Amino acid sequence: MFDTLSDRLQSALGDLRGRGKLDEEQISRAMREIRLALLEADVNLAVVKQFVAQVRERALGQEVLKSLTPGQQLVKIVNEELTALMGAGASGLAFGRPPTVILLAGLQGSGKTTAAAKLALLLRKEGKKPSVIAADLQRPAAIDQLEQLGKQIQIPVYSEHDTKDPVAVVERGLDRARLDGQDVVIVDTAGRLHVDEELMDELVRVRNAAKPMNVLLVLDAMTGQEAVNVALAFQERIAFDGVLMTKLDGDARGGAALSVKHVTGRPIKFISVGEKVDQLEVFHPDRMASRILGMGDVLSLIERAEAAVEDDEKEEMERRMMKGEFTFDDFLKSYKMLRRMGPVQGILKMIPGLGKQLEGLDQVDEKQMSRVEAIILSMTPQERAVPHVIDGRRRMRIANGSGTSVQQVNQLLEARKQMAKMMKGMGKGKMPDLGQMMADGGAAAPQSAMSTRPGSAGRKKKKRSKARR
Amino acid sequence: MARSWSELLGEENAQPEPEDERSGRFARLRDSLGKSRRALTQELASAAFDPGNEEDWERLEEALIGGDVGVRATAELIRRLEARPELPDLTEALAEEIAEMFGEPPTLDVSARPALILVVGVNGTGKTTTIGKLAERLRRHGHTVVLGAADTFRAAAEEQLEIWAERAGAHFVGAERGSDPASVAYDAIAAAEREGADVVVVDTAGRLHTQANLMEELAKVRRVIAGRLEGAPHETLLVVDATTGQNGLQQARLFGEAVGVTGVALTKLDGSAKGGIAVAIAYELGLPVKLIGVGETLDDLRPFDPQDFARALVAG
Repeated sequence: MFDTLSDRLQSALGDLRGRGKLDEEQISRAMREIRLALLEADVNLAVVKQFVAQVRERALGQEVLKSLTPGQQLVKIVNEELTALMGAGASGLAFGRPPTVILLAGLQGSGKTTAAAKLALLLRKEGKKPSVIAADLQRPAAIDQLEQLGKQIQIPVYSEHDTKDPVAVVERGLDRARLDGQDVVIVDTAGRLHVDEELMDELVRVRNAAKPMNVLLVLDAMTGQEAVNVALAFQERIAFDGVLMTKLDGDARGGAALSVKHVTGRPIKFISVGEKVDQLEVFHPDRMASRILGMGDVLSLIERAEAAVEDDEKEEMERRMMKGEFTFDDFLKSYKMLRRMGPVQGILKMIPGLGKQLEGLDQVDEKQMSRVEAIILSMTPQERAVPHVIDGRRRMRIANGSGTSVQQVNQLLEARKQMAKMMKGMGKGKMPDLGQMMADGGAAAPQSAMSTRPGSAGRKKKKRSKARR
Repeated sequence: MARSWSELLGEENAQPEPEDERSGRFARLRDSLGKSRRALTQELASAAFDPGNEEDWERLEEALIGGDVGVRATAELIRRLEARPELPDLTEALAEEIAEMFGEPPTLDVSARPALILVVGVNGTGKTTTIGKLAERLRRHGHTVVLGAADTFRAAAEEQLEIWAERAGAHFVGAERGSDPASVAYDAIAAAEREGADVVVVDTAGRLHTQANLMEELAKVRRVIAGRLEGAPHETLLVVDATTGQNGLQQARLFGEAVGVTGVALTKLDGSAKGGIAVAIAYELGLPVKLIGVGETLDDLRPFDPQDFARALVAG
């Protein structure tokens, strides 16, 4: 439903290519669009007003580059200003004499407990030895939740089931962490309203006991105009150092990130981009700017792709692709790489301009990918290497072997053919049209090959809930 | 007069919340809303509002947007106010128009035996807590309740609901973590029939509305419920956090498509958030608010009253 700002500006300004400068009236029209886009992204009103004034000043008298439409030129200015506002570069955590304490605080339901586990996992990946203290003694079963998460990711959790005083829990938890030689301790606190004096006092006491090097405010990306008041209240009481923003895997624009940075001066440090425990990332202001504007996130995409693909694998693959060889073994390999990059929808959303067109593609889910794999795995090595030997009888056998239909097998065969053709084109230096790629094969292959309604999988009685994540 | 639970539950001879009780335990809605929550008109000094002054209209627009009412609903409210031949009292008029957007005072349909209420929403909005309080309310109004813990994903979600079930004296049906949520709903209905319970409330795992496969899972829970019990779910409540911004619209839209939401429970109104997103949801999607959460205690879950809420939002 959201139009990208770029589209909106384009339609507000029309094609002014080669006209030289934007005039006052055009700029006013464009500023109104920017204002609305930011408000719909939940950027705080006061922040929007100041921001728009800044952009207007820069836009006035700007040369409209010949190669760009004025809309794009303006988007570029907005993007730069947004990025600047959110702070340059990524900012990490501070580490001191171990154990370094990280305190998490925030409203109820912002995702602190999950964030604590995710952060611990991320730090362990960076070579730290983290543990978590369960100091949320308010919410029923919060301790159980953290203990279960800790077990799942093999991170020690310090908890006391019969204590009512979080300060005491934190003190004993820290003693324990020192004894055990943990170098990072994450403290999960109870969610609380920023206007609840009593609980905010308690949080201050917890902070004083924990003496954290890092205090992170955990903030839901879907938060509206109130984000500013929440952040200011927490800043006043516990002086947080940065924000951990959660639930960015949804379609929230996350304008709250901008507001919070603007009014508190504190940067966003981490973002949570999925429910899985490993889906926590370091925050990059430029990428967030693009997201708020609905412009995709190419950098994160490239980064994830690089992390997922081994170098030698990549070279071999490229070499073969350039030659137009794309067997089912290659297909399977590229699928596995894709899956290592995380949920497909998340990946597709990072591609600029695709966000909006994604509605029909939402069905590309993990299960369908598993089915494509099943079909390929039901082929003989010969069939995989030389797909054209697959005749009608073989199709039948493959369909039976993989629990799919001949029609689905046919669709996959067709998708491979299209992809091989496309690869060949790329090898010759033709860049494929992205839209065409989505329609033909490419990333949409799992969907077109597997047009089965997701519901039909429900017929098979198996552990669906486990398979679903 | 505030709306009473008897009215919400459609009981015979239901009366509004009596005045004396309201001034005591059930004080006016305004009193239980966050103390730092400022009314809209406080922010724009409505007494000085001049309908002839363009800047005053702009300030009104900003106040509404600042309350998360959203751009479209705000534009519509402004349009309706501007269309009035005269505007002697802005506060009164604005409250009227907002109440109008919410429509008739809602009811919660628990007339079937058993009646089934399915509760859905994104992560962290307060589904489980809301269900716990609702169960207690239903019990006080003479209903026996079964709680089904179909949140089989979040660690310890079941334990949390079980604690609430105990507090509210409700029968509890759970399952192992990772098991099929639809089967929990199925078992909860079976338990209700066995025990002759009146109402089944099914809790589900929080999920972002953009996760197509999880939404499909939720649709399956609904299909299983509908197949097992005729006319069920009788109510499907979407729990929305009052601090939510414009993304709340997308939540309502997509959950509505997946499971046919019948009403909204707006939680965490005890903070400073105004919950204006409920106005946007009501205006753009025609979805009524049925319950509001204004605090941590059992008494802090209330029937939604359009006029009370509109007045509290506007005038304080």
